[in-house]
Amino acid sequence: MGETGPEQPTLALSHVSKAFGAVRALRDVSLELFAGEAHALAGENGAGKSTLVKTLAGVHRPDSGQVLLDGEPVVFHGPADAQQAGVAVIYQEPTLFPDLSVAENIFMGRQPRGGLGRIDRRTMNAEADKLFERLGVGLDPQRPARGLSIADQQLVEIAKALSRNARVLIMDEPTAALSGNEVARLFNVVKALREQGCAVLFISHRLDEIFELCQRVTTLRDGAWIAAEPVEGLTHEDLIRRMVGRDLDALYPKQETVAGEVALKVDRLTREGVFADVSFEVRRGEIVALAGLVGAGRSEVARAIFGIDRFDAGSVTVGGTRLPAASPTAAMAAGLALVPEDRRQQGLVMELSIERNIGLAGLRDLRKGPLISRAAERDRARDWAVRLQLKFGRLTDGVGVLSGGNQQKVVLAKWLATGPSVLIVDEPTRGIDVGTKAEVHRLLSELAAQGIAVLMISSDLPEVLGMADRVLVMHEGRIAAEIPRADATEESVMSAATGRAA
Amino acid sequence: MSTVTTTPPAPAAGRSARNLVDMVFRARELSLVAALVVLVGVTAVANSNFLSGQGVKDILLNTSILALLAVGQSAVVMTRNIDLSVGSVVGLVAFTTGDFLSADHSRGIVSVVILGIAIGAACGLINGLLVSFCRVPALVVTLGTLYVIQGVDYYLAHGRQINAVDLPPGLLDLGNGSVLGVPYLPLITVLIMLAMGFYLRSYPSGREFYAIGSSPEAALLAGIPVRRRVLAAYLLSGALAGLGGVLWLARFGTVVADSANGWELLVVSAVVVGGVAITGGVGSVYGATLGALLLTTIGSALVVLRVNPFWQQAVTGALLLLAISVDRVLALRVARLLRRRNVRRV
Repeated sequence: MGETGPEQPTLALSHVSKAFGAVRALRDVSLELFAGEAHALAGENGAGKSTLVKTLAGVHRPDSGQVLLDGEPVVFHGPADAQQAGVAVIYQEPTLFPDLSVAENIFMGRQPRGGLGRIDRRTMNAEADKLFERLGVGLDPQRPARGLSIADQQLVEIAKALSRNARVLIMDEPTAALSGNEVARLFNVVKALREQGCAVLFISHRLDEIFELCQRVTTLRDGAWIAAEPVEGLTHEDLIRRMVGRDLDALYPKQETVAGEVALKVDRLTREGVFADVSFEVRRGEIVALAGLVGAGRSEVARAIFGIDRFDAGSVTVGGTRLPAASPTAAMAAGLALVPEDRRQQGLVMELSIERNIGLAGLRDLRKGPLISRAAERDRARDWAVRLQLKFGRLTDGVGVLSGGNQQKVVLAKWLATGPSVLIVDEPTRGIDVGTKAEVHRLLSELAAQGIAVLMISSDLPEVLGMADRVLVMHEGRIAAEIPRADATEESVMSAATGRAA
Repeated sequence: MSTVTTTPPAPAAGRSARNLVDMVFRARELSLVAALVVLVGVTAVANSNFLSGQGVKDILLNTSILALLAVGQSAVVMTRNIDLSVGSVVGLVAFTTGDFLSADHSRGIVSVVILGIAIGAACGLINGLLVSFCRVPALVVTLGTLYVIQGVDYYLAHGRQINAVDLPPGLLDLGNGSVLGVPYLPLITVLIMLAMGFYLRSYPSGREFYAIGSSPEAALLAGIPVRRRVLAAYLLSGALAGLGGVLWLARFGTVVADSANGWELLVVSAVVVGGVAITGGVGSVYGATLGALLLTTIGSALVVLRVNPFWQQAVTGALLLLAISVDRVLALRVARLLRRRNVRRV
């Protein structure tokens, strides 16, 4: 700890490393959180921010290095230990109990007690009401958490963290789904906490928020520590350069293509309560980005187009044929391919080998008589592994041993092997190191050049701006704006995504 | 802590959504009661003996042990697990405690009850340790222990049979006697049900059972001792099955090795019919008990109505399917309604 501050950091990481299989999520990272200071953690998607948060929260134990509490090394054996030490965490993904009431969600494990040690529900609900009042939202503490919108779930998470009166408050993208008003309220509350001596760690992809709230910033890139410095005197450009670490042009090798005929046409697609009246076209050779905040309904639109979820109204047309609702089989037959958001859960069968995974989406083509030909499967896998420059030991290795970027390539190979005319990719580079990210971008660009229509859902704004021919911005289940490449800027996309008039 | 804070402008949609959800869950218990009333009414019209003192008493006695097991089972199912070994535990305990008593009549009832509960708890401990600490899926673990415990039971019994004459009258009195006209067995079950219901609803550790079943990942992140709670659920289920075994012996007197064989599925049916979601997080022990009562009453009613016993199982199965379909439809309805309300609020 080179810092010679007048005081001890309340909570610190010292030279922490953490790996998951072959993926090195954190490499020799240090971080110091001081009482009364808001500290920002900057980095691209996949830089290791969430792993760092989970290390501080006691979910992960570092492979090497130490967690220091008030300067003393501690070992958190689980989230309960970290909570005991006064660490409260707002996770990126809300972690609520859908069947329990909002108030119970907030006070789980710390319910106010009445006579005989029973839960005092009246006090609990009143306390929850007070928390919501502080945050300026009108949520009913007694309603079940099931069915809350993402923004409301996030507010419940925030209330939960506030109720702990923590010494250290960690917030992993707490504002992603919130409206401007709610963000302002949250910041006031956080500033008050900071002045009371709480140490705050703040993560956001909105740089303005970092500059507004925080005094210091630590930057991570590809799991490695890049810099820790005061926010004052830093510009947006400085910060972006530290996060990305290379020329943006190299990262987004976009090829100019000529748009051909319409490959995918979505007309007034509606799924009640999720998204409404979504219409757009994607032409051959085009990359169209679907941007928006988390929870705006982007992935849900993709799922409905591919037939995973049923849509209630509207139509999807691929290459002139209208798709029936809720039939992925028909969607695949028409030439659609969907690379899902969560590759570990939805994109891959983690227990199976690389070649088996690549073969999965086209088992019909691998048949020899009634049986699947292992030779054909292997050939197909080898072919695509070479084309996508997959880094692997043997094709029979489980996909679990590959790094995130190479896992994503396996998912892409699986779908490209089916020869699609429309490729939908949902967060194609989430959790991938910068090098592989550029490769995935180059690949998408090549595919478009070959005449495939690409619909790309992404929360990574530079990626959207760098790769897309057109940007569709969703806001609360509707398409809020359609912005051509020339006019697409960080401001124009974000203002449409947050519902401010574009 | 002012008791009545003025609630911030709570959206009316939120309140009514809550009422709706509340209603749905209460509706489950109410509809069970309604089904019971209809069933009893129709049967009583067809055969007036059905509602005679003895008839009602028989139903209550028959329900008691099933309901007791259902109470334990609901605690397990709430945590998104299952305990298939309860039938075998009842059989094992009924036989071993019978053996224990017939060897020496001077042994007291209390010591037998404690022994039974201890054996049951030991079985529950094994299940719980395997499920929570060794992370083996509950279905496989308890299916395994079902057979193992049954095997142990057969080995100990060696073809023998415990007869009522070998048992002290005090125990048989527990099984068939009553206080103020109410038989002991249902009294015991109701007391345990009330205690469990109160605990699960009113104590933080009780609520954690629901939390674990509702979202295991969130439970871990919230710092809930998930493994300890799951272990506790199995211990409880085992202990209640042990008590159930002693009550079985007291009620029937004559016991062979495979008593309560196949009851595990009956218990699970009662729990599910009673509205405890098999995916965890939802339901109450009251519902489970009502489920047990309904299944038992159907059995008795079909006998009274002289329906072919084959139909009894078919009806149980149909009821189970009905309960699960109703759950599913209601869940979809509620989800859709909540979604719609969210959109309107925006």
